[in-house]
Amino acid sequence: MNLVLSEEQEMLRTSGRGFLTDKLPKTTVKEIEQSEEGYSPELWQEIAGLGWMGLAFPEKHDGADMSFLDLTILIEEMGRACLPAPFFSTVVLGGLSILDAGSEAQKQKYLPRIAGGEAIFALALTEPSARYDAAAITVRATARGDNYILDGTKLFVHYAHIADYILVIARTDDKANPEDGITVFIVDAKNPGISTMVLKSMSPDKPCEVVFNQVKVAAANILGQLNQGWNVVQRIIERAAVAKCCEMVGGMQQVLDMTVDYAKERKQFGRPIGSFQIIQHYAVDILTDMEGLRLSAYQAAWRVSEGLPCAEQVAIAKAWAGQASERVISLSHQIHGAIGWTVDHDLHYYTRRAKATEATFGNVDHYREIVASEMGL
Amino acid sequence: MDFAFSEDQNKLRQEVGDFLEEELKQGNFTPACDAWIMGHDPEFSKKVAARGWIGLTWPKEFGGQGRSYVDRLIVTEEMLRYGAPAACHWFADRQIGGAILNYGTDEQKQEILPIILKGEAYVGLGMSEPEAGSDLASLQTRAVEDGDDFIVDGQKVWTSGAQFMNYIYLVARTDSGAPKHKGISEFIIETNQPGITIRALTDITGGQHFNEIFFDSVRVPKKYLIGVKNQGFYQILNQLDYERSGMERLMGNYPLFDVLIQYVRETVINGKTLSQNPIIRHKLAQLKIEFEVGRLQIYRVSVVMDEGRAPNWESAMSKAYCTTFEQHLASTAMDILGLYAQLTPESKWVAARGMAHDSYLAAKGYSLQAGTTEILKNILALRKLGLPSQ
Repeated sequence: MNLVLSEEQEMLRTSGRGFLTDKLPKTTVKEIEQSEEGYSPELWQEIAGLGWMGLAFPEKHDGADMSFLDLTILIEEMGRACLPAPFFSTVVLGGLSILDAGSEAQKQKYLPRIAGGEAIFALALTEPSARYDAAAITVRATARGDNYILDGTKLFVHYAHIADYILVIARTDDKANPEDGITVFIVDAKNPGISTMVLKSMSPDKPCEVVFNQVKVAAANILGQLNQGWNVVQRIIERAAVAKCCEMVGGMQQVLDMTVDYAKERKQFGRPIGSFQIIQHYAVDILTDMEGLRLSAYQAAWRVSEGLPCAEQVAIAKAWAGQASERVISLSHQIHGAIGWTVDHDLHYYTRRAKATEATFGNVDHYREIVASEMGL
Repeated sequence: MDFAFSEDQNKLRQEVGDFLEEELKQGNFTPACDAWIMGHDPEFSKKVAARGWIGLTWPKEFGGQGRSYVDRLIVTEEMLRYGAPAACHWFADRQIGGAILNYGTDEQKQEILPIILKGEAYVGLGMSEPEAGSDLASLQTRAVEDGDDFIVDGQKVWTSGAQFMNYIYLVARTDSGAPKHKGISEFIIETNQPGITIRALTDITGGQHFNEIFFDSVRVPKKYLIGVKNQGFYQILNQLDYERSGMERLMGNYPLFDVLIQYVRETVINGKTLSQNPIIRHKLAQLKIEFEVGRLQIYRVSVVMDEGRAPNWESAMSKAYCTTFEQHLASTAMDILGLYAQLTPESKWVAARGMAHDSYLAAKGYSLQAGTTEILKNILALRKLGLPSQ
């Protein structure tokens, strides 16, 4: 057992933090968040140039052959910096899913383009029911010759409005078990019949409504096996939930640092408020929640990275992330006082992200139920 | 980063588990909450010692195994999982052996370490006093030099397991003129000598494992001074990290978790087991989530110790967090058991072996002993976060 980063991982963290700190003062984050696209094409190309998109892809697909765990270290830094970009949706949801379940031809076609910053991906999983279980998949894909015809509405699809490709999770057969009859398609976002609309949200990830109206997709664009897509989806959700936890570690660490700095500087009654025990204990509660998340998130990331069974550890990390995040944000606002409640202060970037992420890829209750099942209850 | 245990470590866990299963099968103990502090069984401690599981981390030249702190944690985790009666040797193994190794004289090492290794040193901790709880450095028990001896006068309190204790680890004031942190020394003394009176206290569970110890002109040969005179407070800090760092802070009442899970599986309400009820499922899942987060924190402490660093803030954090979990476990059990929760283990109609009753009451002490939660948070605020003291 060894809980420290390797030298290579430390270097990755340091260079990631340096780059993001340099490129993303909060004024820039604000500007990008308020833009229609929700990302900066210039910054996107710079990130591709650093090799981050292909970090966990094999060399033969223009990747750096590093691990999922290595990637989550960078994602933590993105959480810390509030990077507004379709990195998560393109790399974790798109690229890693194709790497995991794709045919050799699909890998050759898409991975180098992702690594080069030339293709943006979105994942169309959730629907108006807003759930992450198999029964929630009702968007239809009906076979017609060598094609499938997609019909239905997906919701909360991050960055769909700028995506080049959308992974669509659709129902191809009605079986007694809702986990059977699900298929994953790689869909060109420019196909006729697809309309996207960005929903107004506290999330900076541009959640979209995506309506599929008689959208034609070639059978060759099935990712994995026909009717057996739920296994692929489960692994997508596991990776995504873990990576979201690591992103939340970064955000939480930054919230802790900001809070401690503020408590040291802000004076009332002639002394720094951080000298009052109640404020000290609030800050320690934030620290404890953050450390708990760091340990559980990286344990889960390590298991995913090693290809070990991870359902229980992922569920524990994401359930903890949700409840810890709520406590941490509330305490940080309490310590920051009224200034933290204004948009002139940076705290709200973290508050909004944390709250939106809490429900993304499964909220606390969703994962409590999984933990209960894993306990054999 | 690597969260896996080595093959050796998995083997060690298996060996300890096999031993405990066999002891259970032989009827040598019944799983109990708080058995690490209240379950006194000299025969059990001797068997653990014979397998080399006491002094596991000590250097080989002193009879230890030279193994890692993570290895030791694996042994203690299994003892706690089974609720095994490990109280006799626990304190000596956890902290007093280490204190003697770090600061003791050669003579002390030769005399006392072998007794600990045989599982025959049952050490009571003489630290707290009626007027020195969280503020340990204000302790008033005196040890005054007199020829080759110190003469000890005063009173200690909250010492565990008196009837089995053959040694007392004593912290006393050796310079009353010095600032309070700079006049304290550590001693290891034998219990059975004139001037020592032990009186049991009854705690809210009805148990009598805590004691007061009175010292009336007790003569302690100078050879039992540990380390440097008047440096005791600084020597102790290290030991407090060990005291706080262990799995007992998370799994003190673990047998209750097992019993509770069994209870919800077997209890049928309106044709369904409690384990099918979403409210109950989520309560138990929440405990599991909190438990696993605590377990990682405690393993992290041992990893830090294996790296050769003092786990100062890490152990303060894990102790504060984990005792909160233990209390949450006990209160959730009370909640799920409802009216049955109030019954003592001996009562007619008792459910879930009555474990919740005792555990709930005992758990009130978890966040007090070995550093109150408030003191631990102060340590974290000042030493880890660098917040100002005024």
